[in-house]
Amino acid sequence: MSAGTETLEQRPAPDKRKSGGGHSGDAAGMPPTDISNPAYFHKVVDCQWACPAHTPVPEYIRLIAAGRYTEAYMVNWKSNVLPGILGRTCDRPCEPACRRGRVEEEPVAICRLKRVAADNKSDISALLPPKPAKKNGKRIALIGAGPAALTVVRDLAPLGYELVVYDADKKGGGMIRSQIPRFRLPEEVIDEEVGYILDRGFVETRFGTRIDSMKQLLSENYDAVFVGSGAPRGRDLELPGRKEAAKNIHIGIDWLSNVSFEHIDKIGKRVIVLGGGNTAMDCCRTSRRLGGDDVKVIVRSGFDEMKASPWEKEDAMHEGIPIFNFLVPKEFTHKNGKLTGVTFEKVVAKQDDKGRRQLVPSGEPDQHFECDDVLIAVGQENAFPWIERDCGIEFDKWNMPKVNETTFQSTNPKVFFGGDAAFGPKNIIWAVAHGHDAAVSIDKFCNGEDVSKRPPPMTNLVSQKMGIHEWSYDNDISNELRHKVPMRDQKIALKDIRAEVELGFDQKLGYAETQRCLNCDVQTVFSAPLCIECDACMDICPVDCISFTPNAPEPDLRQMLSAPADNLTQDLYVSVPLKTSRVLVKDEDVCLHCGLCAERCPTGAWDMQKFLLEITHATEARCSRA
Amino acid sequence: MTYITKPKLHHPKLPVNALGFTHRDYEGSVSTLCAGCGHDSISAAIIQACFEIDLPPHRLAKLSGIGCSSKTPTYFLGQSHGFNTVHGRMPSVLTGANLANRDLIYMGVSGDGDSASIGLGQFAHCIRRGVNMVYIVENNGVYGLTKGQFSATADKGSKSKKGVANPDSPMDLVSLALIAGASFVGRSFSGDKRQLVELIKAAIGHQGSAFLDVISPCIAFNNHAGSTKSFDYVREHNEAANALEFLEGRQEITIDHDPGTTVNVTQHDGSVLRLRKLAEDHDPTDRTSVMNFIQRHNARGEIVTGLLYVEPDSEDLHHRLGVTKRPLNSLSDAELCPGSGALQKINEGLR
Ligand SMILES: Cc1cc2nc3c(=O)[nH]c(=O)nc-3n(C[C@H](O)[C@H](O)[C@H](O)COP(=O)(O)OP(=O)(O)OC[C@H]3O[C@@H](n4cnc5c(N)ncnc54)[C@H](O)[C@@H]3O)c2cc1C
Ligand SMILES: Cc1ncc(C[n+]2csc(CCOP(=O)(O)OP(=O)(O)O)c2C)c(N)n1
Ligand code: SF4
Ligand code: SF4
Ligand code: SF4
Ligand SMILES: [Mg+2]
Repeated sequence: MSAGTETLEQRPAPDKRKSGGGHSGDAAGMPPTDISNPAYFHKVVDCQWACPAHTPVPEYIRLIAAGRYTEAYMVNWKSNVLPGILGRTCDRPCEPACRRGRVEEEPVAICRLKRVAADNKSDISALLPPKPAKKNGKRIALIGAGPAALTVVRDLAPLGYELVVYDADKKGGGMIRSQIPRFRLPEEVIDEEVGYILDRGFVETRFGTRIDSMKQLLSENYDAVFVGSGAPRGRDLELPGRKEAAKNIHIGIDWLSNVSFEHIDKIGKRVIVLGGGNTAMDCCRTSRRLGGDDVKVIVRSGFDEMKASPWEKEDAMHEGIPIFNFLVPKEFTHKNGKLTGVTFEKVVAKQDDKGRRQLVPSGEPDQHFECDDVLIAVGQENAFPWIERDCGIEFDKWNMPKVNETTFQSTNPKVFFGGDAAFGPKNIIWAVAHGHDAAVSIDKFCNGEDVSKRPPPMTNLVSQKMGIHEWSYDNDISNELRHKVPMRDQKIALKDIRAEVELGFDQKLGYAETQRCLNCDVQTVFSAPLCIECDACMDICPVDCISFTPNAPEPDLRQMLSAPADNLTQDLYVSVPLKTSRVLVKDEDVCLHCGLCAERCPTGAWDMQKFLLEITHATEARCSRA
Repeated sequence: MTYITKPKLHHPKLPVNALGFTHRDYEGSVSTLCAGCGHDSISAAIIQACFEIDLPPHRLAKLSGIGCSSKTPTYFLGQSHGFNTVHGRMPSVLTGANLANRDLIYMGVSGDGDSASIGLGQFAHCIRRGVNMVYIVENNGVYGLTKGQFSATADKGSKSKKGVANPDSPMDLVSLALIAGASFVGRSFSGDKRQLVELIKAAIGHQGSAFLDVISPCIAFNNHAGSTKSFDYVREHNEAANALEFLEGRQEITIDHDPGTTVNVTQHDGSVLRLRKLAEDHDPTDRTSVMNFIQRHNARGEIVTGLLYVEPDSEDLHHRLGVTKRPLNSLSDAELCPGSGALQKINEGLR
């Protein structure tokens, strides 16, 4: 019916505001969205996009809702390797990204749902990749058995690599085992998940062995070396009194690993923890369980600026630990060689000339807090005293190895880095993501391929239509607010350092929480030729994210929609010009993926299609080529 | 129809009106009409209009007859009063309700079958009496609910879905309303929400019988090539007579820069209708010329839309009858039934 369009364009539009207005082919308008680019729909799945390992979150949440815990676990296992561990400890970058948090108060409890899958799964041994029948002739050395190295092992073992894993500690797991307190993560969970990995093929563990010389290791003719040694050095505070009172002043991470390995089982009654990060939170909560009755956290910065995650601060305060802010430690006081307390200078936050926040002395008198022990948790550093500077691995001015951010290769092409060792302390999920990438590089390197050529992700886009208004996903989302994870009775929890504080969601609560997920992977796919511009989709959309409008440059277009599209991190989905020469614009920001637009569309111009993206790991990349 | 209830979650930046409501607070149940039905767009326009004029939902009474169009009051303003009458009888029930309680705002929602076929007489008389209401006909040229028979507004020659041409002359409800003395007459299109929302707001502000003929394609039975009530046909033949901007009384009225092309019409309640002229030969306050204007454009095959006629100083039924200024439910028993003495007096006055 091109006649209609001609009529509209030939005669001067009498009313610019009416639906027929606008002009096609506006050169300055936004180009149509290219949905064949996998990044477009991937970005819509906010949680998966934010997850460093790109775990297909809504996919596993639906499996949990269906009671298919084992499959949900395996979706996780494939992406993030350590679901039971991460389901209790992950830093969860996915949750602040979760769309639910933008249309309601709080995001879906993505992390704790992962634990539901882990807690309720059945035996997975038959689902793990088969052990390789024979060696492929390549030998790799791995230094450290933390999450980064374990991921490399997991990805390379099925391909027949001989993997030699060194760790100074007696068991695998890295800081997951040595640092994270047992009341947050039971040891059985670590044993189980580390076990799945180390049991996958030709893996040799040399635990209890510290590598003292990279040169020496390189001379052993490994085909490649992976450095996953973490950031093992805790920062100290060189203040007056530090030496004199040394017996009762401890470096947080050293102290925590001594607790984990049962070399320390008590602390004084009055404890001060210095620092505002997650290590400080673990130190204070651990102290509460080892005899500390009066435990305080004292921090330089303000409360909101503290590095610890909000939930870690909450958990600490819930255990009766006060947090004091804007106090800078000045001196350790002592008497007869014994620590008596810490003196602090009071500061306030001010903006300097350049608008930067700075802490300046408040002028108030110093404050002294008495205590029996101090735990210093003011940061962690990398340390590579065992890497000789003349073995081909270049270091930068901060004494960090020069590592390629995509390939994780160092300047010695045989040596790869990952986890905290690569770019400084981060967290478990980043270590896993690095491990996947490093494994791809190592495999390519060992096969004489170009490590800079990365395997594309695997994607799949499938219509969810089952009947006229029936979808193969549950589009009826729950209005309930985020569910709280049940906790162990505090009296019992504080008595036993091994008693896990969080009990986890049971199946019923877990199910209820799954129903809050908006299924952001079920994409709204628009077909312009089918659209008759009846407005039905625009009228039904519960969050006003659909508009039919003349095209315009993006900043203008964002203000011309049914509701302003002010979240610039979220894309606009723009169609080719329609019959009236307007375009369809969908603001992806707060779409609930409820499918109502598709249900109300008379012509099927909207369809709900599930977009599954899986990162190609070394295992799959090699197998699919073979 | 859709099986799930529309999620309560809404856009975090939705504007709120003076009552603290978002437009979502003016919704009703999820529509059971065919996907894509023009009627649903009209419901959306009513929701938007009521939101924009800060209408307290419980001040509205929505009445309808029978038909897909007459089902729609369920799909908007779930917190207001409603009455679904028998086929074609909405006007008399509305008139009765209006006489009993003049304080509510009355919205009659009907179809072309409901108003131009079975209910034609009721339609004309209700308009004639100047009942204070907004009367909306959701005009699709067919009986949608009974599967698409031609209605009395179907154009001569317009083709049915099976390709049969309608042999009869159409009933033009806009012209009929003008003849019957409507003091506010507009026509719009379900696919032109901006125009429609302003017209509904203006009609609600009008004192007297306000009539809106809204062309509303029936997606199931009358949206094919050959139909004169399809999206494509209406878009091609739509001629807007003017662009209306409804300004509530409390809004500041700014001086117009181009007085030659814009007229401001002040209504009874102080609201101002700002009309930007788009058709040369149109004067919205002259009934006879408007009737001519409509016929002229009809003959050219054009569908004129916009605010076609308005009589700013209109009078409504209550004024004409000189009845009590208060709703009957606020009168005491003694006022409602003054006793035999009073009756006797009246009877004597008639001797
Ligand atoms: C107190 C504390 C709590 C934390 N809590 C969390 C949490 O809840 N969630 C989270 O995501 N992250 C947490 N982290 C951070 C997380 O533990 C690390 O980011 C992560 O473990 C880094 O993994 P990795 O593989 O790089 O190495 P690591 O886990 O640091 O493991 C490195 C391993 O290498 C070994 N090693 C080092 N040098 C040598 C050598 N020369 N020879 C042999 N072996 C060597 C070490 O013994 C160690 O086992 C926490 C960190 C701390 C300190
Ligand atoms: C007294 C009576 N006669 C006939 C009918 C059958 N009937 C139901 S709806 C309808 C026509 C409705 O047409 P319209 O008002 O145009 O509504 P639409 O469905 O097109 O919106 C008819 C004839 C009826 N319900 N009651
Ligand atoms: S799925 Fe469609 S109707 Fe639902 S929120 Fe997204 S765009 Fe709106
Ligand atoms: S409901 Fe379908 S046909 Fe109607 S405007 Fe939306 S996409 Fe187009
Ligand atoms: S039959 Fe026609 S009028 Fe009735 S709901 Fe369907 S599209 Fe609308
Ligand atoms: Mg009809």
